[in-house]
Amino acid sequence: MKNRGIKGETKAALLKGMHDGIPIGLGYLAVSFSLGITARNAGLNPFQAFLASLLCNASAGEYAGFTLIAASAPYIEMAIITLITNARYMLMSCALSQRISPETKLRHRFFMSMHVTDELFGIAISQPGYINPYYSYGAALVAAPCWAVGTVLGAIAGSILPLRIVSAFSVALYGMFLAVIIPPARHDRVICGIVLFCFTASAAATYLPALSGLSSGTRTIILTVAISAASAILFPRKQEETAQ
Amino acid sequence: MTHNIYIYILIMAVVSYLIRALPLTLIQRQIKSTFIKSFLYYVPYVTLAVMTFPAIIEATESPISGAVALLAGIIAAWFGASLIKVAAVCCGAVLIIELFLI
Repeated sequence: MKNRGIKGETKAALLKGMHDGIPIGLGYLAVSFSLGITARNAGLNPFQAFLASLLCNASAGEYAGFTLIAASAPYIEMAIITLITNARYMLMSCALSQRISPETKLRHRFFMSMHVTDELFGIAISQPGYINPYYSYGAALVAAPCWAVGTVLGAIAGSILPLRIVSAFSVALYGMFLAVIIPPARHDRVICGIVLFCFTASAAATYLPALSGLSSGTRTIILTVAISAASAILFPRKQEETAQ
Repeated sequence: MTHNIYIYILIMAVVSYLIRALPLTLIQRQIKSTFIKSFLYYVPYVTLAVMTFPAIIEATESPISGAVALLAGIIAAWFGASLIKVAAVCCGAVLIIELFLI
């Protein structure tokens, strides 16, 4: 009977993940479509573009990588830039590691690592309590193929979608980010203040001449580390909150 | 000097994977330090907030439609709309605003 309960739970988590993965997949289609155009311009054929997206699952990292391929940069530079543009995933993985039950098998951690992306991390971390690996698999099962397929379509078709539609699609991802950060901000003044501060700091880093030379990936990691560390010192969380 | 595109892709893939897998597999224990726990608690909110603004107003054809999408998304999320609904509200806002602008 107990076994059956776990199976039912697994199935429910998988289905819930797939359901929550749908909007992410739709957003991915639009974003990876434009990524595919970049790939084609950099000299990748559709299969190579597909392979890159299937294996990397990274937006900013892939953009940067394709630019380097176009420039025929040294391999070592590719490794360093990929490291920098994806460094935020390291932070997300650290955060995620605290939300995986000690009973979860190691192999799940290896599989879950594949799909630590901004969006999939966002929905996984917003689940209450320990994260069921099958929730992550469900979401990745729907969203990851969309990412790879969108890249191929972009590489093949260039610009078949009307500009209006691409423009509208492109905010889907940000809508999902908002759905993750705004509800806690409503209930917690500290988070609300931090979110507002992040918006301001991020805008300043983007537009101030001294800082605007940084790539968006570098900007994200610097701001994330600085603001999160300052918040942790100024507003340490109580034990039961961080366990959530 | 010519480089092989498949080697480029391999490097991208390996680095992208390791950066995610190492923390997730090496940190098996629950962290005790209040600072680190608080830091990791804030990371998702901070990183998502930083990536949302001002990127959202630069993603669309017009900054005005991006700004309206941001506002509409915040309102929808504030009142508890689900992930898919907030995303749809943002897309819809851009579509409607750009009908008038472009």
